[in-house]
Amino acid sequence: MRLNFGILKRQKSPIPGFGLTMGYTIFYLSIIVMIPLIALFTEAFSMGWQAFVDASTNDRVIASYKLTFLTSLIAALVNTFFGLIVAWCLVRYEFFGKRVFDAIVDLPFALPTAVSGIALTTLYSSQGWFGQYLEPLGIKVVFTPIGITIALIFIGLPFVVRTIQPALEEIQIEQEEASTSLGASRWQTFYKVILPTIFPALLTGFALSFARALGEYGSVVFIAGNMPFKTEISTLLIITKLEQYDFAGATAIAVVMLVISFVMLLLINILQRWSSRRRGMEAI
Amino acid sequence: MKTRSNSQTSLDESKAVQYLLITTAVLFLGIMLVVPLITIFVEAFRKGAEAYFTSFNDEYVLQAIKLTFITAAIAVPLNLVFGVCASWAIAKYSFFGKSFLITLIDLPFAVSPVISGFVYILLFGAQGWFGSWLIENDVQIIFAVPGIVLATIFVTFPFVARELIPLMQEQGNDEEQAALLLGANGFQTFWKVTLPNIKWGLLYGVILCNARAMGEFGAVSVVSGHIQGVTNTMPLQVEILYNEYNFVAAFAVSTLLAILALLTLVLKYILEWKVARELKKLKNEE
Repeated sequence: MRLNFGILKRQKSPIPGFGLTMGYTIFYLSIIVMIPLIALFTEAFSMGWQAFVDASTNDRVIASYKLTFLTSLIAALVNTFFGLIVAWCLVRYEFFGKRVFDAIVDLPFALPTAVSGIALTTLYSSQGWFGQYLEPLGIKVVFTPIGITIALIFIGLPFVVRTIQPALEEIQIEQEEASTSLGASRWQTFYKVILPTIFPALLTGFALSFARALGEYGSVVFIAGNMPFKTEISTLLIITKLEQYDFAGATAIAVVMLVISFVMLLLINILQRWSSRRRGMEAI
Repeated sequence: MKTRSNSQTSLDESKAVQYLLITTAVLFLGIMLVVPLITIFVEAFRKGAEAYFTSFNDEYVLQAIKLTFITAAIAVPLNLVFGVCASWAIAKYSFFGKSFLITLIDLPFAVSPVISGFVYILLFGAQGWFGSWLIENDVQIIFAVPGIVLATIFVTFPFVARELIPLMQEQGNDEEQAALLLGANGFQTFWKVTLPNIKWGLLYGVILCNARAMGEFGAVSVVSGHIQGVTNTMPLQVEILYNEYNFVAAFAVSTLLAILALLTLVLKYILEWKVARELKKLKNEE
């Protein structure tokens, strides 16, 4: 391997402006993103190992991790299942209002989380449109983990649909024809030809939805009720610690959450590379 | 084994399966997305149009609307300039560490909004790195407007850049090189050649950036201090009104944000179509 001195050393190009644009990019990236994030990790290191472990693993914090993980996982699974159906219908079928439904999939991206939060809470409260029918059945949504899960399904859905859609669009019709002509039923073709092809995209969508859910705050706080040990998610616990001026406590939880986010980001990058390589092979 | 006369239909599911899937998709989208959207408007008008409009006749609400616009008016242009610079540097040259740089630019999307706000408290809060210096010089960032703007810039950081980078990479350097060869300087080349090529993608990024900047809640909530009339943006005002059981007003302010969201979706849809057409044109020229 050839050694590079200067990480961002460029090859010769006749286009001017490299120094200016790269310089500004690095400068802006540093002051807005890198230095603040480094501050967080420095703060965590200065706490000392024992204090960090105590603050990031006490019972209340562990309960919040468990709740956050479980609700995010269920929400991502629900989104993957229904997201596949939605993407499939949008790509393969024609039906009334298809364009509107296609556009509305992005609503959770565009709608402020606080607004989604109060709308969902109102819907599922005991007098709400949905809550009034669910409550007599013994299903309490608001101020329970079910409510948190519903909010997380809401915000995670577009990630799954928008990841699967392009993968479905690129499937070569010849593969399905070959499979069918060899005697496979429609279900077998789906299960043995289509599903393996879109599997990386499916997994990426799941991971994106899960990662987003882990860090979500706005849409969840209203419906969660925020009871310690019961419905208190990790991001909310960070805010609670901040309001009590427990900066060390907040830092410890934030670092744990951030490290998990970075691991998820790495996984998603690997998945996307896998996914595009697989699609690249298809094109050949 | 089933045989069908037409080879095309053998690739389709049976009508029953199709109806089942479409019904499931429509019901799911309806229950999860459409009904919550409708609820916002129904709740806002629950006590009539008059109550709806009176909600805006409130100093704090108007201040919140103003602050939201100010915040977006600072954050969006800054991220726009950055996005253009970053995509120029990344798309027009080849250098070692490019994909790492792209990952770093995308990083704010992976960070929880709450943490995005919190990191600025660690830097600029009373006990933060620059806390004592800021107090001595009487500069307030946290629990003040600059903190809100900073947190908003952080969460909307990647929008323009991540839209432009792939677009500019796809378009390559040929046209710019031709312009330079004909005697244009760097700035003219950007202004007359590059910008017209990327305008729809740029607008797309700006619109998404703006929607998030006006709607951000978590990050801004951490640094705001919730001082009514001073450091409350629209989403924070929604929270306060809701927690005061003033539901009509909370949803009334929400309708403005919902309309903004719907407008964003419509523009996004149109621009996606424009960008796709532009890229297709590019492929045909090749």
